[in-house]
Amino acid sequence: METIWFCLVAIMLAVYVLLDGFDLGAGAIHLLVAKTNEEKRQVIASIGPVWDGNEVWLLAAGGTLFFAFPVLYASSFSGFYLPLMIVLWLLILRGASIEFRNHVQSAVWIPLWDFLFCASSALLAIFYGAALGNVVRGVPLDGSGYFFEPLWTNWRIGEQTGILDWYTVLVGVLALFALMMHGSLWVRLKTSGAVNERAGRLANVAWWGVTLLTILVTAVTFSVLPQLRTNFSRWPWGFIFPILSIAGLVGVQFELRRRNERDAFLASCAYLTGMLTSVVFSVYPMVLPARDGVHSLTVSNAKAGAYGLKVGLAWWIVGMILVAGYFQYVYRSSAGKVAAEADDAQK
Amino acid sequence: MQGPLGLHRLHFAFTITFHYIFPQLTMGLALLLVYLKTKALRTGDEHYNRAARFWAKIFGINFLLGVVTGIPMEFQFGTNWAEFSKTAGGVIGQTLAMEGIFSFFLESSFLGLFLFGEKRLGRVGHWWAGFFVWLGSWLSGYLIVATDAWMQYPVGYSRGPNGEFLLSSFWKLLLNKWALWQYAHTMLGAVQTGCFVMAAVGAFYLLTKRFESYGKTFVKAGVLVGVVAAILQLVPTGDMQGKMIADFQPSTLAAMEGLFQTEDGAPIAILGQPDVPARKLDNPLVVPNMLSFLTYRKWKAHVSGLDSFSQDQWPDQIPLLYYSYHVMVGLGTIFIAVLVLAAFLLWRGTLYTSRWMLWTLMICMPLPYIANTAGWMTAELGRQPWLIFGLMRTATGFSPRVSGGNTLFTLLGFMGMYALLTILFFFLVGREIEHGPEPDESNRQPVALAAD
Repeated sequence: METIWFCLVAIMLAVYVLLDGFDLGAGAIHLLVAKTNEEKRQVIASIGPVWDGNEVWLLAAGGTLFFAFPVLYASSFSGFYLPLMIVLWLLILRGASIEFRNHVQSAVWIPLWDFLFCASSALLAIFYGAALGNVVRGVPLDGSGYFFEPLWTNWRIGEQTGILDWYTVLVGVLALFALMMHGSLWVRLKTSGAVNERAGRLANVAWWGVTLLTILVTAVTFSVLPQLRTNFSRWPWGFIFPILSIAGLVGVQFELRRRNERDAFLASCAYLTGMLTSVVFSVYPMVLPARDGVHSLTVSNAKAGAYGLKVGLAWWIVGMILVAGYFQYVYRSSAGKVAAEADDAQK
Repeated sequence: MQGPLGLHRLHFAFTITFHYIFPQLTMGLALLLVYLKTKALRTGDEHYNRAARFWAKIFGINFLLGVVTGIPMEFQFGTNWAEFSKTAGGVIGQTLAMEGIFSFFLESSFLGLFLFGEKRLGRVGHWWAGFFVWLGSWLSGYLIVATDAWMQYPVGYSRGPNGEFLLSSFWKLLLNKWALWQYAHTMLGAVQTGCFVMAAVGAFYLLTKRFESYGKTFVKAGVLVGVVAAILQLVPTGDMQGKMIADFQPSTLAAMEGLFQTEDGAPIAILGQPDVPARKLDNPLVVPNMLSFLTYRKWKAHVSGLDSFSQDQWPDQIPLLYYSYHVMVGLGTIFIAVLVLAAFLLWRGTLYTSRWMLWTLMICMPLPYIANTAGWMTAELGRQPWLIFGLMRTATGFSPRVSGGNTLFTLLGFMGMYALLTILFFFLVGREIEHGPEPDESNRQPVALAAD
């Protein structure tokens, strides 16, 4: 049962990354692909009706993590105290900038929110990547089941780790490039004209960055953290996950050349899914590895009671069917390009 | 309130108090939007659709601030109250996760359609979008109240080997009787916020002689819905809430009422200042035997005062708890008086020309916010010194590794961030009110909010 919940939480987080990933990415490239006010409105209109719903996946995944693995929730959220608070502030600024930007037509109001939208989106991508890096690298958990990481210590992977060290920052940069690629492909899919062309070019540039960094991060990860190879040698079918991400990455470049906008975006989804599932697969059954290898939190020592997990599964399935319905409806009703009606900014 | 414990408490108290400014209007206004959309549908009068469109703009700004200040709440259980989350997460995590999955998705999906999809959805479809936004926001209210109710009145749990709380009955958690009454009481409070805001804007338009047709619609909607809510707020919901507190949290009742001595035929304090060291109420203005009667319907019923409980069971902020409760009840009484009078004038047909009544409605606008905040402070300060009443003390629940210095840092950060949001909120909503609804005779297209 706990393994099922491990998979379900992982799926919810993956959906969050795929969905909110494209609107974060769209934010990160906002000032790069859009030059005029009209173009900037196109970028924002491309995510306008969906970004809030996408962000709910973070809350839903967090809530699910809370009741399925309360020990993990308590330990990780208090241990990552400072970066989480920074993430919250960035989410506040970002939400405000998307919604408030178009309320006042003024030469000081709009550029301010454009800048905040772009900067907060980019920083969020880096922080999410660094958070993932922390989970892979392990945290200084001890016998109490708690830890606390400062933002940085000596930037090395030692005993006293910080949130940011050379490894987690590297993962953060990879995440930024990956979401920039993902966001560019989304913006390209949803827009036309100059924004569409710039987004296509930017996706290609980001693709090279993603490819190089993926190779680098993978090589570094397996050499610094050799224990992550264990699951792949025990269950070789797990290679399907890295293969999926490679296929996705190749697919992005292939579809970029074929100018198939929808499939390029879907290939990027496959890449992100493959990367995340590879991480999850290699970490399992740990949910939060300890630096010392002894006090790690695992699916079995972090889980909630059996009854709660069982009854949770029942309502979770019902809830997800409803959610799938809403999302299908919302995405279908906002399908198509935004540029055609960008003037009255209907989406 | 020294040391990390006090800072963690202040951190949660500040962020939740600020957050709740927004959802109370969201939930109240959602109901009134459904009211306006229903009127539009039934009368076929485009006036009501334009009125709904005007409020939808304010709703959108308010909703966004509710969302961005709400996300930190779900995080803070883990960041600041890790020991509590670890111990009780198997139970309260259920309702919190359900809130995300059942209501936030619903709200966010249909809000976009409600704000931007009027043309595409058509009249009936747009009504449904508004209905689902209302449903989502009210469902969210229930699930969060159910979470709090479990901390006030824990049911449906067992204890695990390490003392952790395990869920043993999903339906007991979800249908906790405390949750049902607290929910009704909370929602009525939110409806009154929505009603007073709507009526105040209407009164402002009537007094300034602009958008007068809308002013009448807003005042009427606010007064009619508000008067029902204000009465139900007192009876039965407030009354039942008081009885549950008397039954399950008698120490809380004594502290709320400033009742230091146990008495047969306890008086109710209307005014007075608690002097906790001296264990008495200064300058008391009391009604003899009234507390006994209100609580047990007998004039000479036995009511336990604080002296019946050892001091380590007392709420730790007795004066603040006492004032919160009295402010809530006092304002609630004022709301009934104001709204009943306004409803009477509406029935007589003189409300729209009674300048003094319109002034009163306009000036009352901030009061329901204060009453709702005071109500929540009564509930949560009254729960002290417990996190889970009778089972887990607040002092044992915070995150052991998060230092006071780090907590103060993020508390100050939130204060700065929220100061900024407050300015933005007043600025943007003020502009919308100043700008007003579309004139009734015009045929302008609906104005999109997020990208207009």
